[in-house]
Amino acid sequence: MIKAILIFNNHGKPRLIRFYQYFAEDMQQQIIRETFHLVSKRDDNVCNFLEGGSLIGGSDYKLIYRHYATLYFVFCVDSSESELGILDLIQVFVETLDKCFENVCELDLIFHMDKVHYILQEVVMGGMVLETNMNEITTQVDVQNRMEKSEGGLSAAPARAVSAVKNMNLPEIPRNINIGDINIKVPSLSPF
Amino acid sequence: MALKIVKGSIDRMFDKNLQDLVRGIRNHKEDEAKYISTCIDEIKQELKQDNIAVKANAVCKLTYLQMLGYDVSWAAFNIVEVMSSSKFTYKRIGYLAASQCFHESTDVIMLTTNQIRKDLSSPNQYDTGVALTGLSCFVTPDLARDLANDIMTLMSHTKPYIRKKAVLIMYKVFLKYPESLRPAFPRLKEKLEDPDPGVQSAAVNVICELARRNPKNYLSLAPLFFKLMTSSTNNWVLIKIIKLFGALTPLEPRLGKKLIEPLTNLIHSTSAMSLLYECVNTVIAVLISLSSGMPNHSASIQLCVQKLRILIEDSDQNLKYLGLLAMSKILKTHPKSVQSHKDLILQCLDDKDESIRLRALDLLYGMVSKKNLMEIVKKLMLHVDKAEGTTYRDELLTKIIDICSQSNYQYITNFEWYISILVELTRLEGTRHGHLIASQMLDVAIRVKAIRGFAVAQMATLLDNAHLLTGNMQRMGICEVLYAAAWICGEFSEHLENPMQTLEAMLRPKVATLPGHIQAVYVQNAAKLFATVLKSQEGNTDSTAAQETSQLMIDRLPLFVQSANLEVQERASCILQLVKYIQKLQQKDVEVAEEVSALFAGELNPVAPKAQKKVPVPEGLDLDSWINEPPSESESEDEQPKAIFAKEEPKHSRPRREEVDEKELAKRREARKQEQANNPFYIKASPSSQKVYQEAPGVEHIPVVQIDLSVPLKVPGLPMSDQYVKLEEERRQKERAEKKKKEKKKRKEKRSGRGKKHDSGPESEEDITPAHQVDIVTEEMPENALPSDDDDKDPNDPHKALDIDLDKPLADSEKLPVRSHRAAEAPKSPTEDGDATSQEPKKKSSKEKREKKKDKDRDRKKSKEEKKKKKHKHEEKGEDLLGGEAEEPVVQSEETNEVAAPPTSTSAEETATVAAAEAAPMPEATSGIAPDSEPDEPKDTEMEETKSSKHKKKKQKKEKEEKEKKKKKKHHHHHHHSDGGGEEAVQNGTVEEEEPLPPMSNYCLLAENSYVKMVYDIQGNLQDGSQVVVSVIFENKCDSFLKSMEFNVLDSLNSKLQRPEGSGPHDGLTVPFQLPPGVSNEARFVFTVQSIIMPQKLKGTLTFIVKNEDSSTHEKLDFKLHFTCTSYLITTPCYSDAFAKLLESGDLKCSSVRLEGVNMPFHHLLARICFHHHFSVVERIDSCASMYSRSIQGHHVCLLVKVSAQTVSIDAKCDEPTLLGNVLDEIKQTFSQC
Repeated sequence: MIKAILIFNNHGKPRLIRFYQYFAEDMQQQIIRETFHLVSKRDDNVCNFLEGGSLIGGSDYKLIYRHYATLYFVFCVDSSESELGILDLIQVFVETLDKCFENVCELDLIFHMDKVHYILQEVVMGGMVLETNMNEITTQVDVQNRMEKSEGGLSAAPARAVSAVKNMNLPEIPRNINIGDINIKVPSLSPF
Repeated sequence: MALKIVKGSIDRMFDKNLQDLVRGIRNHKEDEAKYISTCIDEIKQELKQDNIAVKANAVCKLTYLQMLGYDVSWAAFNIVEVMSSSKFTYKRIGYLAASQCFHESTDVIMLTTNQIRKDLSSPNQYDTGVALTGLSCFVTPDLARDLANDIMTLMSHTKPYIRKKAVLIMYKVFLKYPESLRPAFPRLKEKLEDPDPGVQSAAVNVICELARRNPKNYLSLAPLFFKLMTSSTNNWVLIKIIKLFGALTPLEPRLGKKLIEPLTNLIHSTSAMSLLYECVNTVIAVLISLSSGMPNHSASIQLCVQKLRILIEDSDQNLKYLGLLAMSKILKTHPKSVQSHKDLILQCLDDKDESIRLRALDLLYGMVSKKNLMEIVKKLMLHVDKAEGTTYRDELLTKIIDICSQSNYQYITNFEWYISILVELTRLEGTRHGHLIASQMLDVAIRVKAIRGFAVAQMATLLDNAHLLTGNMQRMGICEVLYAAAWICGEFSEHLENPMQTLEAMLRPKVATLPGHIQAVYVQNAAKLFATVLKSQEGNTDSTAAQETSQLMIDRLPLFVQSANLEVQERASCILQLVKYIQKLQQKDVEVAEEVSALFAGELNPVAPKAQKKVPVPEGLDLDSWINEPPSESESEDEQPKAIFAKEEPKHSRPRREEVDEKELAKRREARKQEQANNPFYIKASPSSQKVYQEAPGVEHIPVVQIDLSVPLKVPGLPMSDQYVKLEEERRQKERAEKKKKEKKKRKEKRSGRGKKHDSGPESEEDITPAHQVDIVTEEMPENALPSDDDDKDPNDPHKALDIDLDKPLADSEKLPVRSHRAAEAPKSPTEDGDATSQEPKKKSSKEKREKKKDKDRDRKKSKEEKKKKKHKHEEKGEDLLGGEAEEPVVQSEETNEVAAPPTSTSAEETATVAAAEAAPMPEATSGIAPDSEPDEPKDTEMEETKSSKHKKKKQKKEKEEKEKKKKKKHHHHHHHSDGGGEEAVQNGTVEEEEPLPPMSNYCLLAENSYVKMVYDIQGNLQDGSQVVVSVIFENKCDSFLKSMEFNVLDSLNSKLQRPEGSGPHDGLTVPFQLPPGVSNEARFVFTVQSIIMPQKLKGTLTFIVKNEDSSTHEKLDFKLHFTCTSYLITTPCYSDAFAKLLESGDLKCSSVRLEGVNMPFHHLLARICFHHHFSVVERIDSCASMYSRSIQGHHVCLLVKVSAQTVSIDAKCDEPTLLGNVLDEIKQTFSQC
């Protein structure tokens, strides 16, 4: 079982949190802080497993994480999950994001947290791995996005127009400002 | 009005959406909280509007704020509103918000049931999908109950997208509503073979999760999974299945054997590391479960270790980490195979990754040997120096100490080296483990006599340089070692070269900056040193030196008298006055040294960890009764924990009995344990006893003058441990050379308990002799301690129950070669013969032991006889005691030839002999009163028993006399067919000194004809909740040869005979021996059972060939195997506090039974229940006893047995009423037969 999925940036700012077990909000924040503290002090070339923090899990739980450019993707899993399998799942998830957002970067996650959630929902459900095939995931996500668009119809037109104006050039501006390596470069890893 | 609406919609156009919110927050970095609170106000406004789009937008923003840590539960109702929108867009937003912030106590959840049901049956598969996803996060027991059926139908939905989601969510439903598991399971199982790989994978996922918690129930799916494993190509599915097999194999060894081959094939063929790793892991699990001697699997171990080595050597840190992790699993069962990779593991210690270093450290613990200990520790010491983080360094420090001190310093050959390692460790900055080092120093100095001289010298240097250790605030943790140093120097001051110098060092003004408890030790030990100095100086003609010493003490001690710490103050003022008095005497030229040193005379011996427990309770003392009226809760009954130097005897209070109930007893025992744990007298092997140091107050509050030391510390004059490594190497080389010279010459053992092999191969473990003749002083035990071994073991250790089985072979006649009830591997193979032979010597030795003990007892008896008249009365009393544990103290003190402990133990035979020994002198002593007793030395147990019972009768009151007589008669009856005591011990250390028990056997007749007789016994297998082992003894009754015996039973649904691989379900098992005329032998057969709550019978047949010189005939014999419920019970010891907790838990169903007309002594009754029904006595008080047993499937069975005038009432509790009822019936049966 996966107990939690956390995405935060190099400064510990959460970009997506998904707990599959109930924690109150302040506890969630504590867990994020602790996890960030544990993960951030590790070099990039050390192993991707951490024997659990104190707040989440216990001896049976492990933190499995990957670091892409500015973001940490952390999965907290118990011993029924294969460590390497989860690492691969993170890769699948990030590659899917990359496909759906076309060259994903941290800003995509910042402004479209809801969409990231919808993608994640096609990968993991209730703490269990639902689908690992990237094509299948993107197909389902696309179909649902199309449905959303078609539903928009007339009533949502003015709102969409306004938001289109508001969003004009929006992604470009910050991207142009930080020409650093904010794009999550998804290295192509051999599957499994 | 119309204008208003238009205005509203225009406003809405400029409502913030999620992107605006995010952007806003990013633009208000300075006053983020304020900005968000205004946003929340806006959201509240938006939620009040009727427009669902506005609401959805607001809810979406709330989801974001929830991520930032804001509680949004106040909007739960609005979330439900959005969820119930007919538009997919809004519905999705609603469900997302719900899945992020709903939980079981969210009350609006109950409003959602119908909405969710509607969504589940929506024609749009994505509505259904969204609902399922959301539900998976917030399903409650109510929702699960109400929707289980809807979800179950979805499992057969036409769209695989829905099917897989429905399958996955079933797991959540099962968790919340367990009743749904059974009805849904068939369909779930069906989904394992779904055409869609996603659905299949989901089903595997769910079943794996289920099986992980209760593997037993899923064993039946093993063939299906096996098929999937060989056919599936999906690595995810394969990994899950292989992991599942890892959980199943411990329960079903046959499965493991079957798995090895396909798994090794996978290991060889797969290129996916994740799959390879899981295969290796499962193979390890299989090998562990098969570890009971499968020689042909060493290849598999080799393969695993090889593959792991490849992983560890990989440049990928992840693989390295996992490789080490798996390695540590192998280490537990196959340490040898791991040890050969020591180089690699040591290399991992250098890794930059802390996770990997920690894993490697774990492995090291199991890899040390006498040969490589120094080398490994040297390496670790290097790491200690290099380590940058304190946590890792502390970890290293504890590991070094763990490794060195493991199993009683087993691997240390040179204690000088160890002491110098400890001293080197004191140079660590900022460690928290000063107390750990200190306790090691104390332990070694006290227990290794030969090292004391060296240790004292080292400690003196430490004390001399104490300022280096305490100078820096950061070093405060380490100053604990000064506690040890001061104590060692004081206690063993005779070894000091220059006591005067050390004395001065201990009285320096800077000492006052140390924590109080250390100062206290300083003061006390300064006094010891003072005594030593005086002694050395008084020999001289010049008395001024001695007087100067006294003056020094008088000058320096006032510093301590002013101490804020009471303990220091008190000790200092006492000693100051003492020294002043001594000074006075010295001025009158009186020789005082002798008397002063007499103050500290006597050796302090280490006390064994269990010594306190083993102090026998003196006669008539009830430790649990109140001396006064029960005081308030917190009052402690023991000594104060601070007095460190008083050597206290256990205080005995005047006995006064009161009725105390069991619960109360358990509670008190717990409290006492607690107290012992905090008691410094109670020396324990574990470092936890040192905790008392940390509790000492005021470490932080003592003002310390800081000396900044920029130069790394080298305490002058301290040896470096490194040099020992070289020295040791040289020494070993020399030794080896020497050994070659006098190769065959026998050498004397240097250290006790160390067998030396005389093979002249490469240097083996045993060849390394220790550098000094160090005898590790055995820890002191109280006089008349009870050397019972069983309390050395952890009561929770599952192997303990197995021990009892191993003892049983002695219970029956010796002609049986094997009677061990360990579960055998399913197919009977030659290994069993090996087993049989290995069993024999063991048995023999225990027999010898018994013989010896008997001799000893006889000696004792003789010596006793001389004094019997005096002591007779005492002994009577002693026998009357509750548990009978106490040997009469008077006897003990007068009998000088009798060392420490009388041989009592829980083993039944020994009980018998002891009881016999006790009873033996009685006839003569009482001969005047009891004319019918024979004066000659009793030769068999029968005699002794009679006498003891008679003797007992004498001293007991008349009302019991009648009963006793009956008892006696009964014994005679029993003893006629006795051939050696074969009773079950009464558990938990209460050694019965009442009449020994009649012999009992659990073997009952299976079938008999003119050729062969079969008797059998059934034992559960603790390791495997579904196995029982049937031991059958075949006896050849005719004068022909019996050959080709085949044992076969007709399997029932519930019980199956385990047959070797490849044989059909109706094939018989070949009995692995032939029987010459008149010979009997035993074979064991393993059965798997599913339900154990009912007794059952299995029909079977034995076919065999009877062969004489001229002819051979086929014969067969039918039998019925009766599996009683009792045979599923396993004698499991249980401590009374655990027992009480169990009873309190309230999970157990109650039942009771009454047995009329049982006229046997109570302890016989108990012994019978123990023996025939596999119970153990938890506690016994007078004529009432609580007993415990456990079934192979973990049911607890508790009995409360009471006896009053031939009526036995048994109140029983068990978590399985059917099982309980059957067990009680069987108990009743047992007693109706006798």
